[in-house]
Amino acid sequence: MISARGLAKRYGDRRVFTGLDLDLAPGGFLLVTGPNGSGKTTLLRVLAGLAAPSAGELRLPERHTVGYLGHEPLVYRELTPLENLTLFGRLYRLPERAERIGMLLERFGLWEVRHERVSTFSRGMQQRLGLCRVLLHEPSLLLLDEPYNALDQQGAELLDSIFDERDLDKPRTWVVATHEPQRVERRATERLAFA
Amino acid sequence: MTYVSDVTALARKDLLLELRAKETLPSMLLFVIAALTIFHFALPHGTSHQAALGLLWAALIFTALLGLTRAFVAEREQGMFDALVLAPCDRSAIWLGKTLAVLAFLVAAEVVALPAFAAFFSGVDGRTVAAVALADVGIATVGTLFGAMAVAGRARELLLPLLFLPMAIPIVIGGVGGYLWFLVLYDAIFAVLSWAAFEYVIAEV
Repeated sequence: MISARGLAKRYGDRRVFTGLDLDLAPGGFLLVTGPNGSGKTTLLRVLAGLAAPSAGELRLPERHTVGYLGHEPLVYRELTPLENLTLFGRLYRLPERAERIGMLLERFGLWEVRHERVSTFSRGMQQRLGLCRVLLHEPSLLLLDEPYNALDQQGAELLDSIFDERDLDKPRTWVVATHEPQRVERRATERLAFA
Repeated sequence: MTYVSDVTALARKDLLLELRAKETLPSMLLFVIAALTIFHFALPHGTSHQAALGLLWAALIFTALLGLTRAFVAEREQGMFDALVLAPCDRSAIWLGKTLAVLAFLVAAEVVALPAFAAFFSGVDGRTVAAVALADVGIATVGTLFGAMAVAGRARELLLPLLFLPMAIPIVIGGVGGYLWFLVLYDAIFAVLSWAAFEYVIAEV
């Protein structure tokens, strides 16, 4: 799924990480930890194909099979949840878009507010919608940067249950960067700790 | 067909965002009317039609610039380039969708600006209307590309005028002179260049 050899990323003179080797098989779960500014977000952006590595070899799956959640939920705040997911459903050419969107909104507790603007939502509700967007096209590789951010207890438990889902036909591979490693520790098959 | 469907979805999204936020178009309308009013009182009586036409083009270019500075605000503030770039659509579809939305805002501003110019000055002929329509295509194509480039830069408020205004000089020359063939050529060349270049511009926004 992911293979990296001698991966490095620099911004000008600032070295974010160097010499990173990584192998993550389909169905694997990579837990990334480290203090603020240690390179977790940069690594996830590189793995998402959103930032080019400065050096090293990197093999990634095709971009349409990747689901990425950054620090922001990556949804349009002036659109409604339904409009946001419909837009991305179209761009991902989902065949049964309405059913999939309805199921996700229901599951994440956003069905009742599907016609309300995202700008009126709390940060936690926006994060839930961000997770809906990430899961919409059923990606095989999910890159989540601080996914528990702003989620309440119910939302966090919902995310836990998604981590625990197993689909043997389409195994999900996870890369999760978090400051709450205790929540996902038992699921991790690989660990990467930035200093 | 999927390309057209992607472009339509993206352009529709931008129009919907403006419909909700009502930020760009009202500012453009207010600016262009204010500029034409100032020019009306600033110009002495008996000024030639050609001089007035020059001021119309100046007003239109700066109105367009105002719209272009807002074109990628949602993508910049909400990090939406990341989500769009990961989608399997052709990246040029993002540019084309945004260009069509910018074009719609320009046309809407000019629907008000041209009658206002006609009322304040010496009327508007068919050639000027055709030149404005052709110029809109060039402004939207080049401006959207530079808008995306400016989003990536640190001094984005400075970068866009610095990139866009020199490229608008040929549009003003073609517009004031009424050289429609020249504007068609400009549109064709820069539409193709912008379409092809956009993928590289947003490679690492």
